[in-house]
Amino acid sequence: MITISNVHKIFNKGKANQITAVNGISLDIADEEFLVIVGSNGSGKTTLLNLIAGTILPGEGTISINGREVTTLPDYKRSEWIARVFQNPLSGTAPDLSILDNFRLAALRTRPKGLAIGVNDAFKKQVREKIATLGMGLEDKIEQPMGTLSGGQRQALTLLMSVMDSCKVLLLDEPTAALDPRSADVVMRTADSLIRDFKLTAVLITHNLKDAFTYGTRIIQMSEGLIINDLNGEKKALLKQNDLFDWFA
Amino acid sequence: MDFYLTALLQGLCFSAIALGIYISMKIFNIPDITTDGSYTLGGVVTAVLITNHQPTYIILPAVILAGAAAGALTGIIHTKLKINALLAGILVMTALYSVNLSILGRSNVPLINLTSLFTLISIAGDPNQNTFWILAVFIAVITLMIGYLLKTDFGIAMRATGNSESMIRALGVNTDRMKITGLALANALTALSGYLVAQFQGFADISMGIGVVIVGLGSVIIAETLINWFKITSVWLSLVLVLTGAVIFQLVLALTLSAGVDPKLLKMVTAGFVLLIVSLPRLSLLKSS
Repeated sequence: MITISNVHKIFNKGKANQITAVNGISLDIADEEFLVIVGSNGSGKTTLLNLIAGTILPGEGTISINGREVTTLPDYKRSEWIARVFQNPLSGTAPDLSILDNFRLAALRTRPKGLAIGVNDAFKKQVREKIATLGMGLEDKIEQPMGTLSGGQRQALTLLMSVMDSCKVLLLDEPTAALDPRSADVVMRTADSLIRDFKLTAVLITHNLKDAFTYGTRIIQMSEGLIINDLNGEKKALLKQNDLFDWFA
Repeated sequence: MDFYLTALLQGLCFSAIALGIYISMKIFNIPDITTDGSYTLGGVVTAVLITNHQPTYIILPAVILAGAAAGALTGIIHTKLKINALLAGILVMTALYSVNLSILGRSNVPLINLTSLFTLISIAGDPNQNTFWILAVFIAVITLMIGYLLKTDFGIAMRATGNSESMIRALGVNTDRMKITGLALANALTALSGYLVAQFQGFADISMGIGVVIVGLGSVIIAETLINWFKITSVWLSLVLVLTGAVIFQLVLALTLSAGVDPKLLKMVTAGFVLLIVSLPRLSLLKSS
Protein backbone atom coordinates (compact mmCIF):
# COMPACT_ATOMS: atom_id res chain seq x y z
CA MET A 1 0.00 0.00 0.00
CA ILE A 2 1.09 3.57 -0.74
CA THR A 3 0.16 6.10 1.94
CA ILE A 4 0.48 9.79 1.19
CA SER A 5 -0.17 12.03 4.21
CA ASN A 6 -0.69 15.78 3.96
CA VAL A 7 1.95 16.20 1.27
CA HIS A 8 2.84 19.67 0.02
CA LYS A 9 5.17 20.62 -2.80
CA ILE A 10 5.95 24.23 -3.62
CA PHE A 11 8.35 25.12 -6.42
CA ASN A 12 10.44 28.34 -6.32
CA LYS A 13 9.33 29.02 -2.75
CA GLY A 14 9.56 32.67 -1.75
CA LYS A 15 10.21 33.82 -5.32
CA ALA A 16 7.97 35.76 -7.69
CA ASN A 17 7.30 32.59 -9.71
CA GLN A 18 6.29 30.45 -6.70
CA ILE A 19 3.98 27.58 -7.67
CA THR A 20 2.06 25.36 -5.26
CA ALA A 21 1.95 22.12 -7.24
CA VAL A 22 0.63 19.83 -4.50
CA ASN A 23 -1.31 21.45 -1.70
CA GLY A 24 -1.71 19.06 1.22
CA ILE A 25 -2.81 15.86 -0.45
CA SER A 26 -3.60 12.75 1.58
CA LEU A 27 -4.22 9.56 -0.37
CA ASP A 28 -4.13 5.81 0.32
CA ILE A 29 -3.54 3.55 -2.67
CA ALA A 30 -4.40 -0.05 -1.80
CA ASP A 31 -2.41 -3.09 -2.94
CA GLU A 32 -3.32 -4.15 -6.50
CA GLU A 33 -5.36 -0.98 -6.98
CA PHE A 34 -5.13 0.60 -10.45
CA LEU A 35 -5.48 4.32 -9.85
CA VAL A 36 -6.09 6.67 -12.76
CA ILE A 37 -5.35 10.37 -12.23
CA VAL A 38 -6.89 12.98 -14.50
CA GLY A 39 -6.76 16.75 -14.37
CA SER A 40 -5.98 19.83 -16.39
CA ASN A 41 -2.43 20.91 -17.17
CA GLY A 42 -0.78 22.28 -14.05
CA SER A 43 -3.17 20.49 -11.69
CA GLY A 44 -0.29 18.68 -9.94
CA LYS A 45 -0.67 15.16 -11.41
CA THR A 46 2.91 14.70 -12.57
CA THR A 47 4.25 16.32 -9.39
CA LEU A 48 2.27 13.81 -7.34
CA LEU A 49 3.66 10.95 -9.43
CA ASN A 50 7.21 12.30 -9.09
CA LEU A 51 6.71 12.56 -5.31
CA ILE A 52 5.70 8.88 -5.21
CA ALA A 53 8.67 7.96 -7.44
CA GLY A 54 11.09 10.02 -5.34
CA THR A 55 12.29 12.12 -8.28
CA ILE A 56 11.34 15.14 -6.18
CA LEU A 57 10.92 15.27 -2.41
CA PRO A 58 7.97 16.90 -0.58
CA GLY A 59 8.29 20.13 1.41
CA GLU A 60 5.86 18.80 4.03
CA GLY A 61 4.06 15.54 4.72
CA THR A 62 5.06 11.88 4.53
CA ILE A 63 4.96 9.07 1.97
CA SER A 64 5.05 5.37 2.86
CA ILE A 65 5.28 2.30 0.67
CA ASN A 66 4.34 -1.07 2.16
CA GLY A 67 4.52 0.41 5.65
CA ARG A 68 8.01 1.85 5.23
CA GLU A 69 8.38 5.62 5.27
CA VAL A 70 10.20 6.68 2.10
CA THR A 71 9.63 10.46 2.27
CA THR A 72 13.33 11.37 1.94
CA LEU A 73 14.42 8.27 0.02
CA PRO A 74 15.78 9.16 -3.48
CA ASP A 75 14.26 7.65 -6.63
CA TYR A 76 17.01 5.08 -7.23
CA LYS A 77 16.41 3.59 -3.78
CA ARG A 78 12.63 3.47 -4.26
CA SER A 79 13.24 1.33 -7.36
CA GLU A 80 13.18 -1.58 -4.89
CA TRP A 81 9.38 -1.35 -5.16
CA ILE A 82 8.67 1.00 -8.04
CA ALA A 83 8.95 0.60 -11.80
CA ARG A 84 8.17 3.53 -14.05
CA VAL A 85 7.08 4.24 -17.60
CA PHE A 86 7.81 7.83 -18.65
CA GLN A 87 5.75 10.09 -20.88
CA ASN A 88 8.65 10.39 -23.29
CA PRO A 89 9.79 6.99 -24.64
CA LEU A 90 13.32 8.49 -24.82
CA SER A 91 13.41 8.89 -21.04
CA GLY A 92 12.43 5.34 -20.16
CA THR A 93 15.05 3.55 -22.25
CA ALA A 94 18.71 4.06 -23.18
CA PRO A 95 18.63 4.65 -26.97
CA ASP A 96 22.29 3.84 -27.71
CA LEU A 97 22.19 0.56 -25.76
CA SER A 98 20.83 -2.59 -27.35
CA ILE A 99 17.39 -3.90 -26.42
CA LEU A 100 19.20 -6.72 -24.62
CA ASP A 101 21.31 -4.34 -22.52
CA ASN A 102 18.21 -2.33 -21.61
CA PHE A 103 16.49 -5.52 -20.49
CA ARG A 104 19.58 -6.61 -18.55
CA LEU A 105 19.49 -3.41 -16.49
CA ALA A 106 15.75 -3.82 -15.95
CA ALA A 107 16.32 -7.40 -14.77
CA LEU A 108 18.71 -6.04 -12.13
CA ARG A 109 16.50 -3.17 -10.94
CA THR A 110 16.46 -4.33 -7.32
CA ARG A 111 19.92 -5.93 -7.37
CA PRO A 112 23.52 -4.69 -7.64
CA LYS A 113 25.01 -4.29 -11.10
CA GLY A 114 28.19 -6.29 -10.62
CA LEU A 115 31.32 -7.13 -12.56
CA ALA A 116 29.96 -10.24 -14.25
CA ILE A 117 28.75 -10.45 -17.84
CA GLY A 118 25.06 -11.17 -17.40
CA VAL A 119 24.00 -11.01 -21.04
CA ASN A 120 24.50 -14.68 -21.88
CA ASP A 121 22.61 -17.15 -24.06
CA ALA A 122 20.14 -18.05 -21.30
CA PHE A 123 19.32 -14.37 -20.75
CA LYS A 124 18.95 -13.75 -24.49
CA LYS A 125 16.46 -16.66 -24.68
CA GLN A 126 14.51 -15.28 -21.73
CA VAL A 127 14.30 -11.81 -23.32
CA ARG A 128 13.28 -13.22 -26.71
CA GLU A 129 10.45 -15.19 -25.09
CA LYS A 130 9.24 -12.13 -23.14
CA ILE A 131 9.32 -9.86 -26.16
CA ALA A 132 7.57 -12.43 -28.36
CA THR A 133 4.48 -12.08 -26.13
CA LEU A 134 4.01 -8.55 -27.51
CA GLY A 135 3.47 -9.92 -31.01
CA MET A 136 5.42 -7.02 -32.54
CA GLY A 137 8.15 -9.16 -34.12
CA LEU A 138 10.82 -7.49 -32.01
CA GLU A 139 12.20 -10.76 -30.61
CA ASP A 140 14.57 -11.01 -33.59
CA LYS A 141 15.90 -7.49 -33.08
CA ILE A 142 17.22 -7.76 -29.53
CA GLU A 143 20.78 -6.88 -30.55
CA GLN A 144 19.61 -3.62 -32.17
CA PRO A 145 19.99 -0.27 -30.39
CA MET A 146 16.79 0.72 -28.60
CA GLY A 147 16.89 4.07 -30.43
CA THR A 148 16.14 2.39 -33.76
CA LEU A 149 12.62 1.47 -32.58
CA SER A 150 9.47 3.58 -32.81
CA GLY A 151 8.03 5.35 -29.76
CA GLY A 152 5.22 2.80 -29.46
CA GLN A 153 7.61 -0.16 -29.64
CA ARG A 154 9.84 1.44 -27.00
CA GLN A 155 6.93 2.12 -24.63
CA ALA A 156 5.72 -1.47 -25.02
CA LEU A 157 9.23 -2.74 -24.25
CA THR A 158 9.50 -0.38 -21.27
CA LEU A 159 6.36 -1.99 -19.88
CA LEU A 160 7.89 -5.45 -20.25
CA MET A 161 11.12 -4.16 -18.68
CA SER A 162 9.15 -3.05 -15.62
CA VAL A 163 8.27 -6.68 -14.79
CA MET A 164 11.72 -8.15 -15.53
CA ASP A 165 12.48 -7.88 -11.80
CA SER A 166 10.18 -8.02 -8.79
CA CYS A 167 7.89 -5.02 -8.81
CA LYS A 168 5.11 -3.88 -6.49
CA VAL A 169 4.19 -0.51 -7.94
CA LEU A 170 3.98 0.59 -11.57
CA LEU A 171 3.88 4.32 -12.31
CA LEU A 172 2.63 5.29 -15.76
CA ASP A 173 3.17 8.96 -16.58
CA GLU A 174 1.04 9.66 -19.68
CA PRO A 175 2.64 6.67 -21.42
CA THR A 176 0.65 7.15 -24.63
CA ALA A 177 0.93 10.95 -24.95
CA ALA A 178 3.59 10.75 -27.67
CA LEU A 179 2.07 7.80 -29.56
CA ASP A 180 -0.28 7.36 -32.51
CA PRO A 181 -3.75 5.93 -31.62
CA ARG A 182 -2.89 2.36 -32.70
CA SER A 183 0.38 2.21 -30.74
CA ALA A 184 -1.33 3.89 -27.79
CA ASP A 185 -3.98 1.18 -27.78
CA VAL A 186 -1.35 -1.61 -27.82
CA VAL A 187 0.59 0.05 -24.98
CA MET A 188 -2.50 0.53 -22.80
CA ARG A 189 -3.73 -3.04 -23.34
CA THR A 190 -0.24 -4.37 -22.55
CA ALA A 191 -0.09 -2.25 -19.40
CA ASP A 192 -3.53 -3.41 -18.24
CA SER A 193 -2.65 -7.04 -18.86
CA LEU A 194 0.68 -6.81 -16.97
CA ILE A 195 -0.95 -5.01 -14.04
CA ARG A 196 -3.50 -7.82 -13.74
CA ASP A 197 -1.06 -10.72 -14.35
CA PHE A 198 1.59 -9.47 -11.94
CA LYS A 199 -0.96 -8.14 -9.40
CA LEU A 200 0.66 -4.71 -9.42
CA THR A 201 -0.42 -1.55 -7.69
CA ALA A 202 -0.55 0.98 -10.52
CA VAL A 203 -0.91 4.72 -10.95
CA LEU A 204 -1.72 6.06 -14.42
CA ILE A 205 -1.72 9.73 -15.38
CA THR A 206 -3.61 10.44 -18.56
CA HIS A 207 -5.28 13.21 -20.51
CA ASN A 208 -7.09 10.60 -22.58
CA LEU A 209 -10.55 10.39 -21.00
CA LYS A 210 -11.37 7.24 -22.97
CA ASP A 211 -8.40 5.48 -21.32
CA ALA A 212 -9.36 6.96 -17.96
CA PHE A 213 -12.84 5.54 -18.40
CA THR A 214 -11.73 2.16 -19.75
CA TYR A 215 -8.86 1.31 -17.43
CA GLY A 216 -8.32 1.29 -13.69
CA THR A 217 -10.21 0.39 -10.55
CA ARG A 218 -10.24 3.92 -9.16
CA ILE A 219 -10.17 7.41 -10.65
CA ILE A 220 -9.29 10.74 -9.09
CA GLN A 221 -9.39 14.23 -10.53
CA MET A 222 -6.85 16.83 -9.46
CA SER A 223 -7.13 20.59 -9.66
CA GLU A 224 -4.76 23.24 -8.26
CA GLY A 225 -2.81 20.68 -6.28
CA LEU A 226 -5.84 19.08 -4.64
CA ILE A 227 -7.99 15.99 -5.21
CA ILE A 228 -11.46 17.21 -6.16
CA ASN A 229 -13.06 13.93 -7.27
CA ASP A 230 -12.35 10.37 -6.11
CA LEU A 231 -14.35 7.35 -7.32
CA ASN A 232 -13.56 3.68 -6.81
CA GLY A 233 -15.19 0.26 -6.81
CA GLU A 234 -18.81 0.32 -7.84
CA LYS A 235 -18.85 4.12 -8.28
CA LYS A 236 -16.03 3.86 -10.82
CA ALA A 237 -17.84 1.00 -12.56
CA LEU A 238 -21.00 3.06 -12.84
CA LEU A 239 -19.13 6.07 -14.19
CA LYS A 240 -20.05 7.03 -17.75
CA GLN A 241 -17.62 8.56 -20.20
CA ASN A 242 -19.78 11.70 -20.43
CA ASP A 243 -19.57 12.12 -16.65
CA LEU A 244 -15.82 12.45 -17.08
CA PHE A 245 -16.27 15.15 -19.71
CA ASP A 246 -18.55 16.94 -17.23
CA TRP A 247 -15.69 16.97 -14.68
CA PHE A 248 -13.77 19.23 -17.05
CA ALA A 249 -16.75 21.40 -18.02
CA MET B 1 60.59 5.85 -41.51
CA ASP B 2 61.69 6.34 -37.89
CA PHE B 3 59.75 9.57 -37.98
CA TYR B 4 56.49 7.71 -38.58
CA LEU B 5 57.41 4.93 -36.17
CA THR B 6 57.85 7.59 -33.49
CA ALA B 7 54.44 8.99 -34.41
CA LEU B 8 52.97 5.49 -34.09
CA LEU B 9 54.63 5.06 -30.69
CA GLN B 10 53.29 8.43 -29.56
CA GLY B 11 49.87 7.41 -30.81
CA LEU B 12 50.05 4.29 -28.65
CA CYS B 13 51.18 6.38 -25.65
CA PHE B 14 48.18 8.68 -26.17
CA SER B 15 45.78 5.75 -26.64
CA ALA B 16 45.13 5.63 -22.90
CA ILE B 17 44.15 9.31 -22.88
CA ALA B 18 41.86 8.67 -25.85
CA LEU B 19 40.20 5.81 -23.93
CA GLY B 20 39.83 8.13 -20.92
CA ILE B 21 38.21 10.89 -23.00
CA TYR B 22 36.00 8.27 -24.67
CA ILE B 23 34.74 7.22 -21.24
CA SER B 24 34.15 10.74 -19.91
CA MET B 25 32.87 12.36 -23.10
CA LYS B 26 31.12 9.60 -25.03
CA ILE B 27 30.02 7.20 -22.30
CA PHE B 28 29.22 9.67 -19.52
CA ASN B 29 28.53 12.68 -21.74
CA ILE B 30 30.69 14.83 -19.45
CA PRO B 31 33.17 17.34 -20.91
CA ASP B 32 36.10 16.73 -18.56
CA ILE B 33 38.97 19.21 -18.62
CA THR B 34 40.74 17.60 -15.63
CA THR B 35 42.67 15.73 -18.35
CA ASP B 36 45.44 18.36 -18.73
CA GLY B 37 46.22 18.13 -15.00
CA SER B 38 45.79 14.40 -14.50
CA TYR B 39 47.98 13.61 -17.52
CA THR B 40 50.79 15.73 -16.05
CA LEU B 41 50.09 14.17 -12.64
CA GLY B 42 50.69 10.72 -14.15
CA GLY B 43 54.00 11.88 -15.65
CA VAL B 44 55.07 13.68 -12.50
CA VAL B 45 54.33 10.76 -10.17
CA THR B 46 56.17 8.46 -12.57
CA ALA B 47 59.24 10.72 -12.74
CA VAL B 48 59.49 11.22 -8.99
CA LEU B 49 59.11 7.50 -8.23
CA ILE B 50 61.57 6.48 -10.98
CA THR B 51 64.18 8.96 -9.72
CA ASN B 52 63.63 7.44 -6.27
CA HIS B 53 64.32 4.00 -7.80
CA GLN B 54 60.88 2.61 -7.04
CA PRO B 55 59.87 -0.58 -8.90
CA THR B 56 57.19 -0.62 -11.63
CA TYR B 57 54.76 -2.54 -9.42
CA ILE B 58 54.74 0.47 -7.10
CA ILE B 59 54.82 3.17 -9.81
CA LEU B 60 51.93 1.83 -11.91
CA PRO B 61 49.36 1.56 -9.06
CA ALA B 62 50.51 4.94 -7.70
CA VAL B 63 49.90 6.59 -11.09
CA ILE B 64 46.48 4.93 -11.44
CA LEU B 65 45.46 5.97 -7.92
CA ALA B 66 46.68 9.56 -8.41
CA GLY B 67 44.77 9.94 -11.67
CA ALA B 68 41.67 8.30 -10.19
CA ALA B 69 41.78 10.63 -7.17
CA ALA B 70 41.93 13.69 -9.47
CA GLY B 71 38.98 12.42 -11.53
CA ALA B 72 36.98 11.47 -8.45
CA LEU B 73 37.52 14.98 -7.06
CA THR B 74 36.09 16.50 -10.26
CA GLY B 75 33.19 14.04 -10.00
CA ILE B 76 32.50 14.94 -6.37
CA ILE B 77 32.58 18.69 -7.11
CA HIS B 78 30.25 18.18 -10.08
CA THR B 79 27.73 15.85 -8.45
CA LYS B 80 27.72 16.83 -4.79
CA LEU B 81 28.24 20.59 -5.11
CA LYS B 82 26.17 20.72 -8.35
CA ILE B 83 28.93 22.64 -10.14
CA ASN B 84 28.96 22.49 -13.95
CA ALA B 85 31.22 19.60 -15.02
CA LEU B 86 33.33 21.85 -17.23
CA LEU B 87 33.98 24.29 -14.37
CA ALA B 88 34.64 21.44 -11.91
CA GLY B 89 37.27 20.06 -14.30
CA ILE B 90 38.88 23.48 -14.78
CA LEU B 91 39.06 24.00 -11.00
CA VAL B 92 40.72 20.63 -10.40
CA MET B 93 43.05 21.09 -13.38
CA THR B 94 44.13 24.49 -12.02
CA ALA B 95 44.71 23.10 -8.55
CA LEU B 96 46.66 20.16 -10.00
CA TYR B 97 49.25 22.55 -11.46
CA SER B 98 50.35 23.43 -7.92
CA VAL B 99 50.09 19.79 -6.81
CA ASN B 100 52.23 18.66 -9.76
CA LEU B 101 54.81 21.38 -9.18
CA SER B 102 55.00 20.45 -5.48
CA ILE B 103 55.47 16.75 -6.29
CA LEU B 104 58.03 17.42 -9.04
CA GLY B 105 59.92 20.01 -6.96
CA ARG B 106 60.99 21.89 -10.12
CA SER B 107 59.65 22.42 -13.60
CA ASN B 108 61.45 19.51 -15.29
CA VAL B 109 62.87 16.18 -14.14
CA PRO B 110 64.96 14.15 -16.63
CA LEU B 111 64.87 10.35 -16.54
CA ILE B 112 68.13 9.71 -18.39
CA ASN B 113 70.02 6.54 -17.44
CA LEU B 114 67.24 5.44 -15.09
CA THR B 115 65.31 2.19 -15.38
CA SER B 116 62.02 2.72 -17.19
CA LEU B 117 59.29 0.40 -18.46
CA PHE B 118 61.00 0.43 -21.86
CA THR B 119 64.43 -0.59 -20.57
CA LEU B 120 63.09 -3.02 -17.98
CA ILE B 121 61.61 -5.43 -20.50
CA SER B 122 63.44 -6.63 -23.62
CA ILE B 123 61.23 -8.14 -26.33
CA ALA B 124 63.13 -7.00 -29.44
CA GLY B 125 66.74 -5.98 -30.06
CA ASP B 126 65.94 -2.66 -31.72
CA PRO B 127 64.97 -0.07 -29.04
CA ASN B 128 62.13 1.38 -31.15
CA GLN B 129 60.72 -2.08 -31.88
CA ASN B 130 61.09 -2.99 -28.22
CA THR B 131 59.16 0.14 -27.23
CA PHE B 132 56.51 -0.65 -29.85
CA TRP B 133 55.89 -4.18 -28.53
CA ILE B 134 55.81 -3.06 -24.90
CA LEU B 135 53.33 -0.29 -25.74
CA ALA B 136 51.24 -2.59 -27.93
CA VAL B 137 50.95 -5.20 -25.15
CA PHE B 138 50.32 -2.52 -22.50
CA ILE B 139 47.55 -0.85 -24.52
CA ALA B 140 46.06 -4.21 -25.54
CA VAL B 141 45.78 -5.25 -21.87
CA ILE B 142 44.17 -1.93 -20.91
CA THR B 143 41.74 -2.13 -23.84
CA LEU B 144 40.78 -5.70 -22.96
CA MET B 145 40.13 -4.67 -19.36
CA ILE B 146 38.03 -1.63 -20.36
CA GLY B 147 36.19 -3.67 -22.98
CA TYR B 148 35.38 -6.38 -20.45
CA LEU B 149 34.25 -3.79 -17.91
CA LEU B 150 31.89 -2.15 -20.41
CA LYS B 151 30.31 -5.54 -21.20
CA THR B 152 29.64 -6.35 -17.53
CA ASP B 153 26.40 -5.44 -15.78
CA PHE B 154 28.25 -2.56 -14.10
CA GLY B 155 29.57 -1.43 -17.49
CA ILE B 156 26.08 -1.48 -19.02
CA ALA B 157 24.90 0.70 -16.11
CA MET B 158 27.86 3.04 -16.80
CA ARG B 159 26.89 3.34 -20.45
CA ALA B 160 23.24 3.93 -19.56
CA THR B 161 24.16 6.70 -17.09
CA GLY B 162 25.39 8.95 -19.90
CA ASN B 163 22.66 7.84 -22.27
CA SER B 164 19.46 8.07 -20.22
CA GLU B 165 19.95 9.26 -16.66
CA SER B 166 16.24 9.28 -15.78
CA MET B 167 15.95 5.65 -16.90
CA ILE B 168 18.98 4.37 -15.05
CA ARG B 169 17.95 6.11 -11.80
CA ALA B 170 14.53 4.49 -12.11
CA LEU B 171 16.41 1.19 -12.44
CA GLY B 172 18.16 1.62 -9.10
CA VAL B 173 21.49 3.22 -9.99
CA ASN B 174 22.98 6.06 -7.94
CA THR B 175 24.09 8.18 -10.89
CA ASP B 176 26.21 10.52 -8.75
CA ARG B 177 28.32 7.60 -7.58
CA MET B 178 28.48 6.24 -11.12
CA LYS B 179 29.72 9.57 -12.53
CA ILE B 180 32.38 9.86 -9.82
CA THR B 181 33.54 6.31 -10.62
CA GLY B 182 33.51 7.04 -14.35
CA LEU B 183 35.56 10.22 -14.02
CA ALA B 184 38.00 8.42 -11.71
CA LEU B 185 38.43 5.68 -14.31
CA ALA B 186 38.79 8.18 -17.17
CA ASN B 187 41.47 10.17 -15.35
CA ALA B 188 43.29 7.03 -14.20
CA LEU B 189 43.61 6.17 -17.91
CA THR B 190 44.74 9.71 -18.67
CA ALA B 191 47.39 9.48 -15.94
CA LEU B 192 48.55 6.22 -17.55
CA SER B 193 49.25 8.18 -20.73
CA GLY B 194 51.37 10.56 -18.66
CA TYR B 195 53.13 7.50 -17.20
CA LEU B 196 53.93 6.18 -20.69
CA VAL B 197 54.89 9.52 -22.27
CA ALA B 198 57.20 10.54 -19.41
CA GLN B 199 59.14 7.29 -19.84
CA PHE B 200 59.00 7.39 -23.63
CA GLN B 201 60.35 10.95 -23.92
CA GLY B 202 62.70 10.52 -20.95
CA PHE B 203 61.50 13.40 -18.80
CA ALA B 204 58.51 14.85 -16.99
CA ASP B 205 57.69 18.50 -17.40
CA ILE B 206 55.23 20.68 -15.52
CA SER B 207 53.78 21.95 -18.81
CA MET B 208 53.61 18.57 -20.58
CA GLY B 209 49.81 18.49 -20.20
CA ILE B 210 49.01 21.87 -21.75
CA GLY B 211 46.47 21.29 -24.50
CA VAL B 212 46.71 17.50 -24.25
CA VAL B 213 42.93 17.27 -23.89
CA ILE B 214 42.68 18.21 -27.56
CA VAL B 215 44.82 15.18 -28.47
CA GLY B 216 42.39 12.87 -26.70
CA LEU B 217 39.40 14.76 -28.02
CA GLY B 218 40.71 14.66 -31.58
CA SER B 219 41.36 10.93 -31.33
CA VAL B 220 37.85 10.27 -30.03
CA ILE B 221 36.28 12.49 -32.71
CA ILE B 222 38.15 10.58 -35.43
CA ALA B 223 36.92 7.35 -33.83
CA GLU B 224 33.36 8.66 -33.60
CA THR B 225 33.42 9.65 -37.26
CA LEU B 226 34.48 6.11 -38.18
CA ILE B 227 31.92 4.59 -35.76
CA ASN B 228 29.10 6.61 -37.37
CA TRP B 229 30.44 5.99 -40.85
CA PHE B 230 30.44 2.20 -40.44
CA LYS B 231 27.35 2.23 -38.13
CA ILE B 232 29.26 0.31 -35.46
CA THR B 233 27.42 -0.71 -32.30
CA SER B 234 30.00 -3.16 -30.90
CA VAL B 235 31.81 -1.98 -27.76
CA TRP B 236 34.97 -3.85 -28.77
CA LEU B 237 35.12 -2.35 -32.25
CA SER B 238 34.45 1.12 -30.84
CA LEU B 239 37.42 0.78 -28.48
CA VAL B 240 39.67 -0.43 -31.32
CA LEU B 241 38.60 2.62 -33.36
CA VAL B 242 39.44 4.91 -30.42
CA LEU B 243 42.97 3.46 -30.43
CA THR B 244 43.07 3.84 -34.21
CA GLY B 245 41.94 7.46 -33.80
CA ALA B 246 44.84 8.15 -31.42
CA VAL B 247 47.36 6.72 -33.90
CA ILE B 248 45.82 8.52 -36.90
CA PHE B 249 45.92 11.78 -34.97
CA GLN B 250 49.64 11.47 -34.26
CA LEU B 251 50.39 10.35 -37.83
CA VAL B 252 48.59 13.41 -39.21
CA LEU B 253 50.67 15.66 -36.93
CA ALA B 254 53.82 13.86 -38.08
CA LEU B 255 52.82 14.35 -41.72
CA THR B 256 52.22 18.03 -41.02
CA LEU B 257 55.69 18.45 -39.56
CA SER B 258 57.31 16.46 -42.35
CA ALA B 259 55.55 18.76 -44.85
CA GLY B 260 57.63 21.60 -43.43
CA VAL B 261 55.14 23.27 -41.08
CA ASP B 262 56.90 25.30 -38.37
CA PRO B 263 56.82 23.28 -35.10
CA LYS B 264 55.83 26.50 -33.32
CA LEU B 265 52.52 26.27 -35.17
CA LEU B 266 51.90 22.66 -34.14
CA LYS B 267 49.27 23.46 -31.47
CA MET B 268 47.42 25.67 -33.95
CA VAL B 269 47.58 22.94 -36.57
CA THR B 270 46.27 20.46 -33.96
CA ALA B 271 43.32 22.73 -33.13
CA GLY B 272 42.66 23.31 -36.85
CA PHE B 273 42.74 19.56 -37.53
CA VAL B 274 40.23 18.84 -34.74
CA LEU B 275 38.02 21.66 -36.05
CA LEU B 276 38.18 20.13 -39.51
CA ILE B 277 37.18 16.67 -38.26
CA VAL B 278 34.30 18.08 -36.21
CA SER B 279 32.98 20.25 -39.01
CA LEU B 280 33.46 17.79 -41.90
CA PRO B 281 30.07 16.05 -41.48
CA ARG B 282 28.31 19.43 -41.32
CA LEU B 283 30.23 20.78 -44.30
CA SER B 284 29.31 17.74 -46.41
CA LEU B 285 25.67 18.12 -45.32
CA LEU B 286 25.71 21.77 -46.41
CA LYS B 287 27.21 20.76 -49.75
CA SER B 288 24.57 18.08 -50.37
CA SER B 289 21.69 20.42 -49.43
